[in-house]
Amino acid sequence: MSEQRNEFPAKYPVSYPVTGAGGDTGSWRMFRPEIDKDKCIKCLFCWIYCPDGVIDRDSLEINYSYCKGCGICAKECPRNAISMIREE
Amino acid sequence: MTTAIKNLPRDEIVMAGNGACGGCPATAGLRIVGKAFGPNAICLMTPSCSVASIGLLPKSSFNYPILNICFAAAGSSAAGMEYALESMQKKGRLNGEKPLVFTWIGDGGTYDIGFQALSAAAERNDDFIHICYNNEAYSNTGVQRSGATPRFAATTTTPTGKQCDKKNLPLLMLDHHIPYLATASLAYPGDFYDKLVKAKNTKGFRYIELLAPCYTGWKFAAEDMIDISRKAVNCGAWLMFEAENGKIEFTNPTKKFVDGTATPDSPAEYLSMQGRYTSSLKGDNKEFVINSVASQIAADLQLLRQRSTC
Amino acid sequence: MRRLFDTGCHVVAQAVKCADVDMVAAYPITPQTSVVEEIAALTESGEMNCRFLPVEGEHSAMAACVAAAAVGARAFTATSSQGLLYMHEVLHMASGCRFPLVMVNVNRAVFAPWTLWADHSDSLAQRDTGWLQLYCASLQEVFNTILQAYYIAERVRIPVMVNMDGFILSHCRMIVEMPDQQVIDKYLQHQPNGWIADPQNPSAYACVTGADLYPGFREELFNDTKNADKTIIEAAKVYHELTGMWDGDLIDTYRCDDADTFIIAIGSMAAEARISVDLLREQGIKAGLIKIRALRPFPAAAISDVLSDGARVMVLDRNYGFGTEGGIIFAELKAALFERAAQLQIANKIMGIGGADVNYQMMADAVTSAWDFRR
Repeated sequence: MSEQRNEFPAKYPVSYPVTGAGGDTGSWRMFRPEIDKDKCIKCLFCWIYCPDGVIDRDSLEINYSYCKGCGICAKECPRNAISMIREE
Repeated sequence: MTTAIKNLPRDEIVMAGNGACGGCPATAGLRIVGKAFGPNAICLMTPSCSVASIGLLPKSSFNYPILNICFAAAGSSAAGMEYALESMQKKGRLNGEKPLVFTWIGDGGTYDIGFQALSAAAERNDDFIHICYNNEAYSNTGVQRSGATPRFAATTTTPTGKQCDKKNLPLLMLDHHIPYLATASLAYPGDFYDKLVKAKNTKGFRYIELLAPCYTGWKFAAEDMIDISRKAVNCGAWLMFEAENGKIEFTNPTKKFVDGTATPDSPAEYLSMQGRYTSSLKGDNKEFVINSVASQIAADLQLLRQRSTC
Repeated sequence: MRRLFDTGCHVVAQAVKCADVDMVAAYPITPQTSVVEEIAALTESGEMNCRFLPVEGEHSAMAACVAAAAVGARAFTATSSQGLLYMHEVLHMASGCRFPLVMVNVNRAVFAPWTLWADHSDSLAQRDTGWLQLYCASLQEVFNTILQAYYIAERVRIPVMVNMDGFILSHCRMIVEMPDQQVIDKYLQHQPNGWIADPQNPSAYACVTGADLYPGFREELFNDTKNADKTIIEAAKVYHELTGMWDGDLIDTYRCDDADTFIIAIGSMAAEARISVDLLREQGIKAGLIKIRALRPFPAAAISDVLSDGARVMVLDRNYGFGTEGGIIFAELKAALFERAAQLQIANKIMGIGGADVNYQMMADAVTSAWDFRR
């Protein structure tokens, strides 16, 4: 997202890239993925397969504000280092 | 060598909190597109799930300039934009380097309503990349049959399963004598990335088709989206290849099936994982359906094998 | 000033060349075909610094134009009849996106049954697509109006359709004065001012919106279309200052000053109707002509100002408004003049459908048979 963007006049139907354009998508989640850092081998499968790009490439922290809980990261993890925990 | 996952660029064009379903193959695919194309690109979209998932105005979920266009207009609009950019560059009225023009279009906008304009753009060898994310139905309107829906798959307009085969669109596009064509799978992101980069570095009309398993349309668990992408390739329901100047080269694992060093898995598991085949696989019909799909796969493989050696 | 003696279609191509258009996408259709051929020839020879995109249909022609405008290019297309109808959904997109496109429509009747000759059913079927519509009565007016159309479109950010009658204008040769190129360049400077697809400043255009924002965009287009009348007049005035030529205003009048009987016409019929006015004058009828040049925005006030109280008004329509009392312009005009209904006698004559011959005598007869002038 560009910080100093030039806005076009309001008469034009323009949309600007922002996080959360689809709303608070973290609230869609039924199960939350949790990564066991001890088992993790940093293969980055979870990072690349996540359809929403909510797993940080370096820290492998999951952005729970927007993670939709699809479970692909857990399913694809070759070390079963990610578990899906039911949300309260 | 296929680019390793850890060597894929960090560029992210899909913003977190977008409007796509969790586990959406389209956003997963767009992430790789952004990594391959980099920032200097303009995207055109016809009505499809990706347009719905951009989010409501004035917010966008994708960090690219995107023009929404009419449904039948992918080929024509992209061509018009590219012609305009080229002309303005020649006249010195373009700021900076000429951007890459690409389309991100569903199977409806590619196989069906958009085919005429797409075919014309391919015939003219217009200089843009058409990417079809093929979820094998009109998923955005609630999963109706399309020209890409495979035989036996149920949709809301083929409730007991489609009776005819899908079009072989990659081969149709190849017969337009285009300089680059590839099929890709989300289970092989490095391969998809490499094909996108190859397309980016080729001039003329380039066609890439990505299988996009839609769990709401195909009726499987969201977490299985990548797994089912892989199974589609492993059973041969989705064939992986590319063609530079018409010369077909297979990519793995399809390459092994063509070489004869491996045989495709039976499609039984791939089909039974998907609710859209449930009614076709009922009772005595099951064997017939699985055998029919398997022999269609064998025929498709044979056709491609012949094409690759001629 | 340069002088050209050529057909209407070739005059269109010359005007597009003079306008320094970046991209032309078009599909041939009779009677517009030689516009496409001439532009293809001019671009291929390098005489015209432009790219010509030979699309496979008119839907694609308009779709290519909108995408060209989205990167700030000046784009053009020309079509006719079925081609214009085939573009319909993209016309709405062009105006909704506020892209400053210019198109020439060579008016031709519509299928079915097949016919090739002029009437206004094609463009009038696009009245409500949000395009400005201008109608021409001579090739000089066609040339001048195409240049003025870019001036208008790029300022109000609404696309403009320039209409000329098929064969009657498109295939007729006339002398056209063309201003020097540097004068035209001064008149039509490139100054993109709307949304641009810009990778350095990424944004998405024309995405999904709800009832919260959608009505506002439509209202804005509605108001800007109404207010475009000022820019249409300004475009003609500035053009006049630079070239000495005048083709402008929302309407054109002939012998209206003391008139009590008016003919209202659009397109080439308005040129012929001048002779009808002279003929009626010879018979002692105080006739005048109002030529509607701008159909969108509809020049209600301009027409009303010309019409004296008690005036007889004969509206000539080259179209049918199916399910109404007559022609489409007739219905439009009656709605526009509703508040003066008691002071005016408005009548209608439909003629020239599908290229049926229209001459000054027929138009004069329409007037004399509608009212009794002997008393």
